Amino acid sequence: MNLRRTLYTSRRIFQQLRHDPRTLALLLLVPTALVGLLAWSLSNHPGAFDSVGPKLLGVFPLTVMFLVTSVITLRERTVGTLERLFTLPLTKADFVAGYAIAFGALALIQSLLVSVLSYTWYGLAHQGVPWRISMVALCAGLLGTAFGLALSAVAHTEFQAVQFMPAFILPQLLLCGLVIPVNQLPTVLRGVADVLPMTAAVRAITPLQTNQYYLGQFAIMLAYIIAALIVGAGTLRRVTK
Amino acid sequence: MSIADGSNLEVSNLRVVRKGNEILKSLSFRASPGELVGLLGPSGSGKSTLMRSILGVQAITDGTARVMGSAAGSPSLRGQLGYMAQSSAVYLDLTVEENVRYFASVLRQPTFEVARVIDVVALTRFSHRLVSTLSGGELARVSLGVALLGSPPVLILDEPTVGLDPILRRDLWRTFGVLAKTGVTVIVSSHVMDEAARCARLLLLRDGILLFDGTPASLLAASDSTSYDVAFERLIEGDG
Repeated sequence: MNLRRTLYTSRRIFQQLRHDPRTLALLLLVPTALVGLLAWSLSNHPGAFDSVGPKLLGVFPLTVMFLVTSVITLRERTVGTLERLFTLPLTKADFVAGYAIAFGALALIQSLLVSVLSYTWYGLAHQGVPWRISMVALCAGLLGTAFGLALSAVAHTEFQAVQFMPAFILPQLLLCGLVIPVNQLPTVLRGVADVLPMTAAVRAITPLQTNQYYLGQFAIMLAYIIAALIVGAGTLRRVTK
Repeated sequence: MSIADGSNLEVSNLRVVRKGNEILKSLSFRASPGELVGLLGPSGSGKSTLMRSILGVQAITDGTARVMGSAAGSPSLRGQLGYMAQSSAVYLDLTVEENVRYFASVLRQPTFEVARVIDVVALTRFSHRLVSTLSGGELARVSLGVALLGSPPVLILDEPTVGLDPILRRDLWRTFGVLAKTGVTVIVSSHVMDEAARCARLLLLRDGILLFDGTPASLLAASDSTSYDVAFERLIEGDG
């Protein structure tokens, strides 16, 4: 792996986003607006937003980063730029790390934006330490990026990539513990929920709300990120069969 | 590095089977520095597959493709072959300069190389324009500019003139000729038979078989024709 080429790739992705303000808005403003909408809709139920809000700080970055990364990476595969890059001295690791750094930085900005607004304007309050929840939000954004990179290999068109939203994200929303606590799910579904990346994000946040934290939950999220990045790199083919 | 006879590109008994279909059927040819080789044939004849095999991005079933003494796709060849794909293969949401600069940085080329190739493809006045706002001809020239980065000794250009107006086609072919004169091996594919006259040497491909390998003049002489289209038809009939 070559750090210089990796950083050039990250810079190129930032340049692309700079020319695409709509995507940038989708990445940065949509999660913020959604959390705000939730806070507003629960304003007549004291304590409800304080209970659900922190979990959504993990769920929304994961969802948005997954969607945007999978579409942008797929575009790279379909328009021929990836093949061209692979005729040059750029390794798979340079490419994947370049994407991870660029979208990781965006995930950081996104999580900071959502967290700051949630704890100030939206009035989110709990016993935990806010920056720890923001850290989980950042990890969740990275998790979405890593899975977006990996799953972009399965789609052949951008339309198919968008359809991963209901296929990959919505089942996780139902099973991650937001709707029903995971330990109250039927046995089989509990087994499925236990291995879902979004469950890992929610599980990392839940104890933080009562000022408890377990490094093990962060480690699980990190393991998911690394595994998805390795799978993502593995789906990139220098040679077509 | 060149092979003993001076050629720097050698394709030997190359066979490519993709999803059960035999795309290339035991092709062999060599090319030398300074040659402008036209790879002509109808759509689906295997031109792009042959070019991608030389680049090392297409898996080879049998035979070999070697460039400058190394097997196609070898890490040592990365950046030694300039490649212009049939699709533009540049970033539409970057400016001309940003595109060229990114590929130049991957190739570790100096800053002045960016300005040089933009000038060679006559896009200096468009260098700050988003590629998505350019015409088809300008887009093709951006792609060619990226292929020229670092002055690679071998250029593989897949249908670079498709969809361009006659003036642009003429200008691009002049550029290819100039590059060949500087010692670059230029392989250019086209499905337009009229472009045969612009090449120093022709490889005619049909259904994955190399029907002809020679100069444009020898093609016309062999088929007793003054038209490349007719010459190609007679070759096919003779082959059939």
